[in-house]
Amino acid sequence: MSENPKDTAVTTADAADGDILLKVTGLQKHFPIKKGLLQRQVGAVHAVDGLDFEVRKGETLGVVGESGCGKSTMGRLITRLLEPTGGKVEFEGKDITHLGVAGMRPLRRDVQMIFQDPYSSLNPRHTIGTIVGAPFKLQGVTPEGGIKKEVQRLLSVVGLNPEHYNRYPHEFSGGQRQRIGIARALALSPKLVVADEPVSALDVSIQAQVVNLLDDLQQELGLTYVIIAHDLSVVRHVSDRIAVMYLGKIVELADRDLLYTSPMHPYTKALMSAVPIPDPARKSAKSERILLKGDVPSPISPPSGCRFHTRCWKATEICKTTEPPLLELRPGQRVACHHPENFEDQQPQDTVLLSDAKAAAELVADEVLAESAETSAAVAEAVGKGDGAASGATAKEPAGESAEESEPAEATAEESGAASDESGEPETQAEDTPKKK
Amino acid sequence: MARGPRRGPRAVLAYLIRRLFAAAVMLVVIITVVFSIFFIVPKWAGVDIALSFVGKQADPAAVEGVRQKLGLGDPVYVQVWHFFKGLFVGRTYTGGGDTINCSAPCFGYSFRSEQAIWPVLKDRFPVTLGLALGAALLWLIMGVSAGVLSALKRGSLWDRGAMVVALAGVSLPIYFTGMLSLAIFVYGPLKWFESDYAPFADDPAQWFSAMILPWVTLAFLYAAMYARITRATMMEILGEDYIRTARAKGLREGVVIRKHAMRSTMTPILTMLGMDLGALIGGAILTESTFNLPGLGREVLLAIRNQDLPVIVGVTLITSLAVLFANLVVDILYAVIDPRVRLA
Amino acid sequence: MTELSKSGAAVGEPTAASPAPTAFLEVRDLKVHFPTDDGLVKSVDGLSFQLEKGKTLGIVGESGSGKSVTSLGIMGLHTAGQYGKRKAQISGEIWLDGTELLSADPDHVRKLRGRQMAMIFQDPLSALHPYYTIGQQIVEAYRIHHDVDKKTARRRAVEMLDRVGIPQPDKRVDNYPHEFSGGMRQRAMIAMSLVNNPELLIADEPTTALDVTVQAQILDLIRDLQKEFGSAVIIITHDLGVVAELADDLLVMYGGRCVERGPADKVFYEPRHPYTWGLLGSMPRLDREQQERLIPVKGSPPSLINVPSGCAFNPRCPYADIPKDNVTRTVRPELAEVGSKHWAACHMTREQRERIWAEEIAPKL
Repeated sequence: MSENPKDTAVTTADAADGDILLKVTGLQKHFPIKKGLLQRQVGAVHAVDGLDFEVRKGETLGVVGESGCGKSTMGRLITRLLEPTGGKVEFEGKDITHLGVAGMRPLRRDVQMIFQDPYSSLNPRHTIGTIVGAPFKLQGVTPEGGIKKEVQRLLSVVGLNPEHYNRYPHEFSGGQRQRIGIARALALSPKLVVADEPVSALDVSIQAQVVNLLDDLQQELGLTYVIIAHDLSVVRHVSDRIAVMYLGKIVELADRDLLYTSPMHPYTKALMSAVPIPDPARKSAKSERILLKGDVPSPISPPSGCRFHTRCWKATEICKTTEPPLLELRPGQRVACHHPENFEDQQPQDTVLLSDAKAAAELVADEVLAESAETSAAVAEAVGKGDGAASGATAKEPAGESAEESEPAEATAEESGAASDESGEPETQAEDTPKKK
Repeated sequence: MARGPRRGPRAVLAYLIRRLFAAAVMLVVIITVVFSIFFIVPKWAGVDIALSFVGKQADPAAVEGVRQKLGLGDPVYVQVWHFFKGLFVGRTYTGGGDTINCSAPCFGYSFRSEQAIWPVLKDRFPVTLGLALGAALLWLIMGVSAGVLSALKRGSLWDRGAMVVALAGVSLPIYFTGMLSLAIFVYGPLKWFESDYAPFADDPAQWFSAMILPWVTLAFLYAAMYARITRATMMEILGEDYIRTARAKGLREGVVIRKHAMRSTMTPILTMLGMDLGALIGGAILTESTFNLPGLGREVLLAIRNQDLPVIVGVTLITSLAVLFANLVVDILYAVIDPRVRLA
Repeated sequence: MTELSKSGAAVGEPTAASPAPTAFLEVRDLKVHFPTDDGLVKSVDGLSFQLEKGKTLGIVGESGSGKSVTSLGIMGLHTAGQYGKRKAQISGEIWLDGTELLSADPDHVRKLRGRQMAMIFQDPLSALHPYYTIGQQIVEAYRIHHDVDKKTARRRAVEMLDRVGIPQPDKRVDNYPHEFSGGMRQRAMIAMSLVNNPELLIADEPTTALDVTVQAQILDLIRDLQKEFGSAVIIITHDLGVVAELADDLLVMYGGRCVERGPADKVFYEPRHPYTWGLLGSMPRLDREQQERLIPVKGSPPSLINVPSGCAFNPRCPYADIPKDNVTRTVRPELAEVGSKHWAACHMTREQRERIWAEEIAPKL
């Protein structure tokens, strides 16, 4: 998956159905909020609100987002620990959306989950042998050579001493316990492993051990992973493709390198810029950071249109009214944004920033805005010539705003000629430059 | 964060109204269930209530008269309805010759004494209430302070001593401690207290004197439980991050304990207090019997012995009411103490 | 630099009782031990460092390295909440602005807490009292050290909330902690710790419980506030990214001791201790080309009851056999200068380490 973006001609449409292990369409999970004596439903937490993605055989799909974005719920939905409110989950072409416990049983062999907390996910009263061997008993499977032998083999696969078969979880360190959890997940040779924050409870030096282990296991056993994590560096390290979630939606789904080199969704960009880099020299380069203002809105009543519009520095009227679809703007990169970064503006006629967006832009360094305008312009030039209608639309900028908004746009306009009109939107940020100083 | 924070008196008031409403609904349910159990279940079991009312050798005509008078022949919902009506507007028993007026609140009509129950219960109630409230005050003071001290001096001689005494308190039955204290302080070497109960209104001094031993005995039992709970809760709270924050501000340890730790410690204690008080008001049967106090507990014991169903129903209802009321008070106090409750 | 004391902790300072600290904060040979049923837990075992006003020291280490206990020791809170018989034992010297705290009257130290030195904790939800409003808690912090009426203190609280970027501070001041979001709570916590203009601010994992975008906001805030207030800041974290953002100096702890200490860029660019290499190799980095594999440290952190003899890191160190005579397993290495103001505690010679770093470690990072 790490090829050059231009080689990645394999789009979803092209991918043969046989390559797709898990397919999710319109997946929703609303948790009802009940109140009063009668437990009337007064609302719902829109934890997951319409997800479309697929997981291909042998790949690792990383899912990132901040707390409350629904990534963990998503994990529990695709492993069917939770029942979806709406949408469809297909595993190997079979609809498993509403399968009952009995119906899911055969699938439990193929889909396994690894949890975050290696302390609470293991029963303290059971030996390691019992814990790792439990899946065999539950499924009524007797592996070749007996359960004990198989469990010992699994323990050595995950780097534990097979002789510790009879020990209890408390005798192990956090990293070792996570290995036990992984051994348990691997017992039935699953096809898909969903790992929810597999390393976030571990110390840095141990994290790397577990990340490498997951890597090795994938290569040896041909596993497919969905790895859910909040740590963008870990996700980049382990994933082939990455989905970025915000308030129950996927805002961007792209091949790893595309996502990290040229993120298109402003939220992705902000998220990545926020990761502190372990390099003191970057301290001075603080300006690259995009500070988002305020907090993530409540998933009980998510914002209309694009859910990020309340915090986005590029938001215009259309962002408030119309939800952007998740479109494959570039092979291997899907994004749900009207005014993407690093790409041609999707709604170039809509140039008037929301007042929220103006406030948000105050927190974004001028360099970032300028750079974003340039790249968008360049892409626009490369991608589309003759979007005449769009240029026309940008030309008649509203009088009131344009006085202060359009003036610095000329810089970019001159370099990139006609194409700059398409990037009208990013330029409207660049205009804030003189004001701020 | 986005939920518009409601604060202050208005939030508490809204919460209070919700609670009151819930209590009222609960009350209706309780009355229905209690009434059904006592008057309808016997029917299934083939026990004729009318018969037990009149006595075993009654002639069929008398039994039929009673059945008429009490409406035992009516469908269940009619009986429940009459009972409800009786509670709020009073009711008249007719048929079988004489007419009996049972004014509101009519809890029913005693089989044995042939009297309305409420006036009797009304006399008994203050005795039990006085016993329960007095004891509760005592055990709160004793239990909570012993528990806090134990928590602060963990592992010390005081801590161990207090916990041994607490263990004794929990394990010793009330008739044992009660009889022992009676033997010592009333009949025995120290004749300090009165043994005969007198209503507060008649003779406050004698009332007080007669109540002291029951209070102390009852409080001893509960104080032991409260000390253990307080100790455990306090120890847990002292390990909380916000206690560390309070210290990091530079507060004196005493203030940290009083202002920050105590307030959190009180929450589980209040919950317990609500339930315990409610249950006690329903009748501290053992204590009242041991000390010969004319309270609800003794009354119900008598009624059980006499199979006097209406009295049992009446006391059961009063107990439920008391528990409900006590819980209501606790809920309100809870909301005052813990702001998070108001939003729940 | 040759005068390393027997206990080995003093960094470049003679250890004789020399009450002439030049630094604003100076910790000398600090030891904090906790007696438990299983044995003596040596959480901090001989730690020394200095910190000047206006500067930030980052203390980095994994769980159980003693970094949090160090901060509690400085605040005098290491025994707090210990009502049992077994009290924590503390020794060494902590000089804050010319006062030695460990030998000072506890009530005097209490008065310094919150006023001269303040602390921010990891989880702002559990660190704020759930039953009091944000305002009440800040007001309390202010009035302990200032003899003012509630109204004045409340004005001050609103002003501080405003300063840390809480919108509508005059309204939010009456909210309870559970009505704030995680980021807002940490802002409120910061407002509370800064309400008395402390000269020393200790932030213990201030952003670990927060989302990455909120973390960025909080780090930004801490940096701005430090500039404004000119205080000395100690930031304790396991995240090398966070210290790289903030710290001027870095102290790497392992098994209750300092294994490497120096200016942040020295420690990042020329680390001279295998454990520091391990930390750097363990973390995937966004600012670099995708690494094929991470370079983890084998094994697990040591138990603080049974710290390995010799160098505490020796069971996990890939280079433990380089120094002769099994010295890594028998002799505890002392901090030695490896560059200007840069110390590391390792038995390998400086040349060996420079070579290993340059040839084996750096290229893989």
